[in-house]
This record gives sequence, structure tokens and C-alpha cells, in this order.
Amino acid sequence: MQVTFENVNMAFDKNTVLDNINFNIPENELVTILGPSGCGKSTTLMLISGLIFPSDGKIYFGDKEVTKMDAVDRKVGMVFQNYALYPHLTVSENIQFPLKMEKMKKKERQARALELAKLVKIEDQIDKKPGELSGGQQQRVAIARALAKEPSLLLMDEPLSNLDARLRIEMREEIRRIQQETGVTTVFVTHDQEEALSISDHIMVLNEGYIQQYSTPTDLYNNPENLFVAKFLGNPIINELAIDEALNLSALHIEKQATAKAKTVAIRPENFYEVEDEKEALITGTVRFVEVIGKNVTVHVDTALGDLVATELGFVHEQGDKIMLGVHEEDLLLFDEGGQIIQRGGNHA
Amino acid sequence: MLKKPTWKSTLQSLLYLLPALIFIGIFNIYPIFKSLAMSFYEDYNIFTGEVGEYGLANFIKIFNDPSFFTAIRNTFIFVLGVVPISIVLSLLIAIMLNRIEILSSFFRSVYFLPFVTSTVAISIVWNWLYHTRYGLINYFLGFIGIEPIAWLTNPDFALPALIIMSIWKGLGYNIILFLVGLNNIDKTYYQAARIDGARSWQQFVNITVPLLSPYILLVSIIGVINSFKVFTEVYSLFSGRPGPAGSALTMVFYIYEKFYTEYQYGVATAAGIVLFLIILVFTLLQRWISKRFIYN
Repeated sequence: MQVTFENVNMAFDKNTVLDNINFNIPENELVTILGPSGCGKSTTLMLISGLIFPSDGKIYFGDKEVTKMDAVDRKVGMVFQNYALYPHLTVSENIQFPLKMEKMKKKERQARALELAKLVKIEDQIDKKPGELSGGQQQRVAIARALAKEPSLLLMDEPLSNLDARLRIEMREEIRRIQQETGVTTVFVTHDQEEALSISDHIMVLNEGYIQQYSTPTDLYNNPENLFVAKFLGNPIINELAIDEALNLSALHIEKQATAKAKTVAIRPENFYEVEDEKEALITGTVRFVEVIGKNVTVHVDTALGDLVATELGFVHEQGDKIMLGVHEEDLLLFDEGGQIIQRGGNHA
Repeated sequence: MLKKPTWKSTLQSLLYLLPALIFIGIFNIYPIFKSLAMSFYEDYNIFTGEVGEYGLANFIKIFNDPSFFTAIRNTFIFVLGVVPISIVLSLLIAIMLNRIEILSSFFRSVYFLPFVTSTVAISIVWNWLYHTRYGLINYFLGFIGIEPIAWLTNPDFALPALIIMSIWKGLGYNIILFLVGLNNIDKTYYQAARIDGARSWQQFVNITVPLLSPYILLVSIIGVINSFKVFTEVYSLFSGRPGPAGSALTMVFYIYEKFYTEYQYGVATAAGIVLFLIILVFTLLQRWISKRFIYN
């Protein structure tokens, strides 16, 4: 089912959380709402669920307006950050709960609960109480419960944030698998860019109540519309350099008029390479320290413009080495004073 | 900073406990065993402390006393009347107080007042409310066409009058406990329940009541124990008498009469032991029920 927001405003007291938001979530997709804490992403999810109502604007499910409809009647599935499993009910009873509210017959709903437990691979724990389960198992139960009434929309509010690192990766793959098996339209909220990039069909980046960019993961990563998106996605964080004389822009074939307006240059750490000739180097510096984590080698470089990070230099350097870094024109991102993109590589944005 | 227990540290902590322990020993522990012993005394002289012989005569005596059975019957009616109604009413009021946003602490204090007010003062006020000719209760009942009821002088109405006043008096305490319980229920359960399609009544039945059950158990245990011990309410509502024609005679009142007005110490302590056993059985029963039905 499609979800559409039309000029939605949300304010708590006098505090504007969402400012005139418009978007459309396409059917059968997994869409992630990504942003730092306090950006309004959970509020957006709560608005979709019907647990809270917008101060202004309209919300549509498909063609139907649901702006004033309560959560009880919206019939969406939702996974909460702390799972909110009913502690006094067993796993099976938890999954059955939405069906019990629909007055489904006991036999039928028990069978359905077992079916869902199998989908999320928790069928061997069906008679336990939530308190006896691990975080990952609780997560699975919460997903099964959310899917029980076959909702046309599944909402997930930071579902992985309470899990440890390894389990988080396992569960995000599980969520992707379950979403693809069931085809349910899913809205996933997270502050973790890696999570968002790995599982989404589309990502909506939110900050300070505005949609910064709404696109596919690769497009967001490669073609950020503004500096916020460029900095929020990617790890290590993108290198941000103020346009300055220390930057040898003549080494690159870019139009003068583009650089005239540009205030900031941003380069992803993996796009730096080493050059022999100072004329070809964009910037030079000394190696501050080299961080080796397994196969990942991260080089921190001191330059006249501050610290730089490069990840794909190939050759392992030592502390104090002088280093000359170049970059291909097409990997260069130029931003204006307001942080909006001017140019990516040789092409105008 | 958790130290390993040594003889020295144990003695030290005992020293801290001692002041309270001395008084508990004198006024609680010793009397428990003394009264157990006294219930078996026969032919006892309280001034010399001489005991003629030991035996079951006191127990035989109370079980042949019809007013002892009246006391047991009245106490049971009282407990069954007060505890369930008090729990239901205080739960409803607690839920409403929990929802109210303006002046919530004012209302909480108002409902807690009866509990902190002296029982004697309350009884005097209720004495007036219950008055057959001038009482407010009969005045209001008159509006719906009910003839004046002789609450405090008709033996049929003495016990109901006592029950109504005791429910009202106990509400505040139960409400406070239920408010604590309601506050301890995570709000996301209600959000999840709404998402799952549960309406208000279904939320109450499926979320509030089960998650509040430990508090309901606590309130019911305290309520049962306190109601079995009812005395001051009777004494002050009926001006030192156990109601008209003994119609509001409760177990503790029976014990009081035997002890202080009839000086039958053995009989009084024997009745006390019986009351203790009854309360013990009920408490164990409640604990057993809680293990089977209550989530924790």
C-alpha cells in the first residue's frame, strides 16, 4: 500500500518537528527514514501509524485519506524500538494478540501464529515468555506480531538499536528477507546510515524537520544534494575541505566558474590516490597515524586544511611520511555557501 | 563497597538493629509466644501468675459460644464486603486520577485524606451521616423515594453501615498503590495494543489488569488482613458497643470484650489464636493463587 504525505506539519507545543513534509512511499518497497536523533524521523513514523496526528496537512493510504483515523483502525503493523512485547503473554499469545482483537477463532489464530513463528524462525520458543528470550529472539517475535494481521504496511522504529553489532547485521538481513518474502510495504526508521544503505530500496534523509534528499541508496551516496547528506552517509565520514589556496585545484580539469561559487569541496576517503608529482596533487600533507583493522587500512593525514582520511592508498605508510594526494575530477563534490551541491566532477548538478 | 561478612561486622550490624529489635521483642515477639501459651492456661490467676493447669478448655469454650460464631460470621461478611468492592472502586478511581491532567496532585491528596484521618474522627462524622432522622444519607435516599433507614440502630443495617464506611476509609491507600502500579506500566504497551487493534476496554482487560495484577494481589492481601482485624471502626461507630444487639460483633471485638470487660484472658487469647490461623490460611491461599495466575 502506498503512503502519501501532503504538506504535513507537526508541532509539539510551539516546537516545530516536521515542516511541510511531502513524500510518497511506493508499494512493496522497503523505505528507510534516516536522520540524526531529534530530526523528526520517529515522529514521521508515529504519524503514519496513527498514534499521533499531524498539526496540519493530509496523510493518505493509497487513495484513502486517513489523517484523522486512530491507530486502532489503521491496521498497520509496527515493531517498536524496545519491542513492547506483552510480558505476561507467551510468544505464541503475543503473535496471536492482534488476531484475538479481530475476534479470530482460537484454532485459526494458533495455526497462524505458528506459521508466522516459522517465517521469523522462532517456532521452537513459542511457549516461552518474552523475558526468557534474547534480544534477537524478542526482535523476531515483535516482527511476527506486527505481521500477524497481514498488514499492508509494516513500520519499524529503530528495531536494531538494542542489539549487539553482529546480531544487528544478522537481523537486518532477516528483515530484508522477510520483507521480500512477504512483499509488505515497509517503513524503517534508523539513525544508522550503514543499516539504511544496506537494506533499503529508497532512503529519505531527514534533518531539522525537512526532507534533505529522498532517493536510492547508491544515488544518495554518489550524488548527495547537500553537504548534510554527503556527511551523514559513508564511513569514515567524507573529507570536507574549505576552498583555499592550499588546494591545488589547477591539478583538476574543472571549470573556473564552478569553483568561483564553491565554498567547500568534499571527497570520499576511498577516492584519494597517491601521486608522484606535486603538480598533479590536490593536496599534500604528512601521515599522522595509520589505523589497521584487519584488511581495512585508514590513513590519517595532516594538511594545511586540517585532517584528511584516506582508505584506499594501497601502500602502507608510516607515521611522519610526506604524502601527495590526488583525486579524479568525477569524484569531487563542490558545495556552495548554503551547503547545496554545485557540481559533481565535471558536470553541473 | 560490599565487605565479606565477618564475626565483627555481623556483631556491628546487630548493634545497629538492636534498638528497634528490643522494642519489637518486648511488644511483638514476646506477646505472640505468651498469648500462644496463655490460650492453653486453665484456672489462671493474673495477679500471682499462677497457672492451675494446661489444657484445651479455652478452645472448647469458644467453640461452644454462639457469639464467637456470630463474630466469625460477621467478620467474614465484613471481609467479603469490603475487600472486593474496595479493590474495584479504588482501581477505577486510580485510572481516572491517572488520566486527569489538571490539579492531579490536588485530587490525589483529596482521595488520600480519609486514610490519614483518625478513625474515631471519621466515625463521628459518619455517625451523623447515618443518623436516622437528620443524616445526609437518608436525606439523599429520600429523593429517590427510599424510607429513612435506621443505619446504626437496626441490627440488619449495622454491618452494611460498617462496611460502607470502611470501604470509603480504605480507598485512599489502595488508590495510591494502584497509581504506583499504573505508572510502572510502560506506555509503549498501550501504543502496541492500539496498533494491534485493541480498543479501550480490550486494553484494560488485556494490558492494564494483567500488568497490575501484582498490585491487585498486594492490595487484596493487605485488605484481607486489615479487614479481619477490624475493631476501631466498630468501637467508635457504635459508641463502644458491638452494634445493636451485637449485630456488628467482629472477632477482634470479641477478643476485646473477653479480655477487657470479662477478664477471661485464656478465652481471649484462644480466640486470638483462631483469628491468627484464619488469617494465615487466607494469606497462604492468596499466595498460592498468585503463583498460578499472576504474571511477574
